[in-house]
Amino acid sequence: MPTDYAFPDSAAKTANAIEAPEFQTEKMSLSMGPSHPSTHGVLRLQLELDGEIVTGCDPVLGYLHRGDEKIAENMTYNQFVPYTDRLDYLAPLANNVAYACAVERLAKLEVPERCQAIRVICSEMARVSAHLLGLGAYGIDVGAWAIFLYTFTEREKLYKLFEELTGARFTTSYTRIGGVARDVPEGWVEKVDAFCDQFLPILENILNLLTRNKIFIDRTQGVGVISKADALAYGLTGPNLRGSGVPLDLRKDKPYSGYERYEFDVAIGAHGDCFDRYMVRGEEMRQSVRIIKQAIKSFPKGDWYAKDAVRIFAPRKDKVLTSMEELINNFMITTEGPQMPAGEVYFEAEVPKGALGFFIVSKGGGVPYRMKIRSPSFCNLSILPKVCQGNLVSDVVSILGSLDFVMGECDR
Amino acid sequence: MSSLAAAPATDLLAVLQARFPAAVARPSGDHPAFNLPMAEVPAALLLLRDEHGYDLLIDVTAVDWDVEASPRFSVVWHLLSSTAHGYVRLVADCVSDAEPTAPSVVSLWAGANWHERETFDLMGIQFTDHPDLRRILMWDGYPFHPLRKDFPLAGIETPLPDLEVADLTKASVLPAPMMGGPFVASSGEMNLTEAEPRAKDESWNERSAKPAVL
Repeated sequence: MPTDYAFPDSAAKTANAIEAPEFQTEKMSLSMGPSHPSTHGVLRLQLELDGEIVTGCDPVLGYLHRGDEKIAENMTYNQFVPYTDRLDYLAPLANNVAYACAVERLAKLEVPERCQAIRVICSEMARVSAHLLGLGAYGIDVGAWAIFLYTFTEREKLYKLFEELTGARFTTSYTRIGGVARDVPEGWVEKVDAFCDQFLPILENILNLLTRNKIFIDRTQGVGVISKADALAYGLTGPNLRGSGVPLDLRKDKPYSGYERYEFDVAIGAHGDCFDRYMVRGEEMRQSVRIIKQAIKSFPKGDWYAKDAVRIFAPRKDKVLTSMEELINNFMITTEGPQMPAGEVYFEAEVPKGALGFFIVSKGGGVPYRMKIRSPSFCNLSILPKVCQGNLVSDVVSILGSLDFVMGECDR
Repeated sequence: MSSLAAAPATDLLAVLQARFPAAVARPSGDHPAFNLPMAEVPAALLLLRDEHGYDLLIDVTAVDWDVEASPRFSVVWHLLSSTAHGYVRLVADCVSDAEPTAPSVVSLWAGANWHERETFDLMGIQFTDHPDLRRILMWDGYPFHPLRKDFPLAGIETPLPDLEVADLTKASVLPAPMMGGPFVASSGEMNLTEAEPRAKDESWNERSAKPAVL
């Protein structure tokens, strides 16, 4: 039996050791997915097995490829906002914000503080909701059904708030270049505050169900270990990188949208195993609530869109119908798109899955010449062939869940 | 790996020019950006990684500057320093417009593997010395590189990947219809190109035939 790889998992090591040499074993090829419950979408893993031990893993992507980058080259900047909903469809608000910030970077446009605060609250709520789903689904993957019910109850409350803010539960399309679609409704901020207050004790209960759960610990601790060097070499970002002990959080290190105004801690792991990644996500939810509470406490009054950017942000409807100048601007922004200068920018935001980047090449005008979307799930998954090798098949499920990827974003 | 702070743009330019005299600063809206000859890119990336702390290869992609442009393709690398938190962008033009190639950096960052496969898949850049240069988002055997500027937005009809299935079912992969696509216009008498001036892809519409080949 080839042992040119280490056995990261003690069970796999034992299974390998007790195998008597007189058994002639044959490698088996197993196609896991694209519609396997643990692949969270449409990912196919072409596994090569020796008994129960994975000796090779070749992820097959592209089942959800929609050509978003090609589409982006053919529509105005604002028209692309709904497409960003469908990248990481578990945190559409965070993607909206990342995209708007990227295009505003191109225009060198600063949005008012109120708009920044709204965007921070949206991003952090999206992070909580994405991690809640990731956690619930991870619980199911490793056999803890109850978690899912608790996290989905909380997530539903968040979606109620999203619906009240944006008009949609999932496909929010809330940001516009230079602002947001509409100001927060009356009383909404207080509702978010009330949600945060009741959420924290429930979050502790949820995490308590897993953190000291013997079965959960056995399924995750020491499984799928990613070293610091590997995490950097494969370009991991977000909780997966921090789980391996690299304290890189773009909210802290390259603050955007006013994140520098809020106090929060960056959680990092010590061992880089599945359990550490779970712990990092748990702590991130607490920190997100902390950020939301600060943002609500200092919620600025004033404009919620960049008023001076008349060629970029469409004027209010009441003005459009009464004033010539606004009517023309509205028409031009709708038909020609928000007017951008020529140039190249690359902007990354810390979304729940990691660093979501937009590389925009503009030749001026309202349509990007080229837009590359750097999706965190795509990079996070690229480590699978390395990290699955030498593990048991059941650990593959555990590793997949701990990487917390979304195929809509991976395949774009 | 050194934990040096990311040097400001001008210093990085001096650092690069000391080793690579052909390096020039590139106009950029945000991060320091440099143009380099294609052959020198791996050495420059190694220099930035090992001596200047740019330890994360964030992204590899390519830009098609137009069908008639020469050089037509540029490959773009983005690095991030996990300690000093600065980005740097390297850009290199592909020498050949018809068969663009670029050196692979999988030996420097294992994560470059999938980025380069994607760039090959969608833009058709051949990465030399890549260990496993297969398509990643489109299926094996797909004949086109969709992000090239001469590829129509609505797609091109191609046979199914599995020829046996295609023979049996007489099925093929149809491009997305333009009506109901990204540029929904009135479905009246006006054709799409007239109704929607922004639809740059005017090679065909509902009323004129699709291109048979690219």
